[in-house]
Amino acid sequence: MTHHHLTTPITEAQARALRVDDTVTLQRTLYGIRDATQIAMFDRGRNTRFDLAGHAVIHTAPNVKKVAPSPQHPTGYAPVCIGTTTSARMERFTRPLMQHYGVRLVIGKGGLGAASLAAFGELGGAYLAIIGGTAALETTWIEAIEDVDLDDLNPESLWRFRIRDFGPLRVAMDSHGGSLYDAVDLKARDKRAAVLATLGVKSR
Amino acid sequence: MRIDPKTIENVSKELYIRALKILPPDVKRGFDTLAAKETSSTAQNVLGTMIKNISIAEATENLLCQDTGIPIYNVTIGRGVQFGEGDGTALKAALRKGCERATREHPLRSSIVHPLTRKNEHTSCGIGVPVIYIDHADAAEGVTVEMIPKGSGSENNSWLKMALPAEGVDAIKTFVVDCVLDAGGKTCPPTIIGVGIGGTADLCVHLAKIAATRALGTQCADPEGAKLETELSEAVNMLGVGPQGLGGDSTAFAVHVELAATHITMNPVAVNMQCHSARRASATITDAGVTYGF
Ligand code: SF4
Repeated sequence: MTHHHLTTPITEAQARALRVDDTVTLQRTLYGIRDATQIAMFDRGRNTRFDLAGHAVIHTAPNVKKVAPSPQHPTGYAPVCIGTTTSARMERFTRPLMQHYGVRLVIGKGGLGAASLAAFGELGGAYLAIIGGTAALETTWIEAIEDVDLDDLNPESLWRFRIRDFGPLRVAMDSHGGSLYDAVDLKARDKRAAVLATLGVKSR
Repeated sequence: MRIDPKTIENVSKELYIRALKILPPDVKRGFDTLAAKETSSTAQNVLGTMIKNISIAEATENLLCQDTGIPIYNVTIGRGVQFGEGDGTALKAALRKGCERATREHPLRSSIVHPLTRKNEHTSCGIGVPVIYIDHADAAEGVTVEMIPKGSGSENNSWLKMALPAEGVDAIKTFVVDCVLDAGGKTCPPTIIGVGIGGTADLCVHLAKIAATRALGTQCADPEGAKLETELSEAVNMLGVGPQGLGGDSTAFAVHVELAATHITMNPVAVNMQCHSARRASATITDAGVTYGF
């Protein structure tokens, strides 16, 4: 178990150095992305002006406040509360995100599936687990909303956050076929029969 | 007393914001109980972060979780309330207005869209939302409004099974265990697992929601239901799913059961989960004023 300090964008080698159960703290830039953002990008052919190569995306749609644009709030949005949503809904977008945009890290909660794990292995990436439902804490790791694209999808716009000491995050899926979710799921399913037996359930 | 729409509107707004920021004391105690027993170091870590988040939310007066949920208002009209013509419509309109004002004035992320066009009106309202239930009870005085911002991570994991009478209680138990396995970390465990048993299909699902949003430490009024709660609560925490699905003992704070009579040919069971951000707030309005609680 190693702790990694990474400043985005990162290289393929840096992504491949991450192993399940390692921890990561991120610096500099993070992109916020969600269902509608990715439906627009990959099903409706919309493009973003952002260069996501080597970057980390987080599954989110923030609470924001409209303010007068200023050097601190160049987009006219101030962060109110920024947290993380369930990743599983966005499973089919991991590969195109990596293939077309060069994304290296996906941050989310609850984990991704087999297709994403394969993409991490082939293209060099990892899934970093954040603790879902701890948005008040997460918001303190975000310095500013630097930029926003596809804002007609608000709140599911494509957000660019400036971050500081974002983490610790746990590497839960890596480029070597490791998935903490699969391991936990397998063990839990192994216990199913014993648990049902304690409940007095007769197998028919 | 008569229902004053302006008071209801203000209460509705206040409750939505309060619910998003302050976790009820029973849920906080639930965290302490789990943390005291947790044997996995990863899970201890995850629980620690969740507990830290609760105090940061309070200290910074920020939302506990970014998901503002689907707003639900449960209204109970108690003793001494004169409910006249037009009051029901005015009550619903006032709740809606308060919900909309909370969203615009705080501001909050509106998480509500039209189900087909996916258009967001940025009001947290839409057709049939906020969800409003109105009930009558003689036990309490005045009007009680309970507000629940139901998070989607947990709501997206909801199930109904129309089991057969021949499958008995075993079908119910097996179903609950399998739902917990399927949910994994997607529901933001530790959860409150709400189980609805009996009734019609729709009543069964509704009972599961009532069970999932009931305060920790409360019991099913039916003794058989209460017994099942205890058995299932122990059983699901033996699966090892753990907080956030990252492994550990703390998969659920508790399993709650609500039940209703059902048809001789039916054996329905529904599961609805409440995530660790088990948010709720309530207010009681009497002639003496408004008292806020959980
Ligand atoms: S499931 Fe609950 S705690 Fe998790 S992100 Fe959704 S509302 Fe927040």
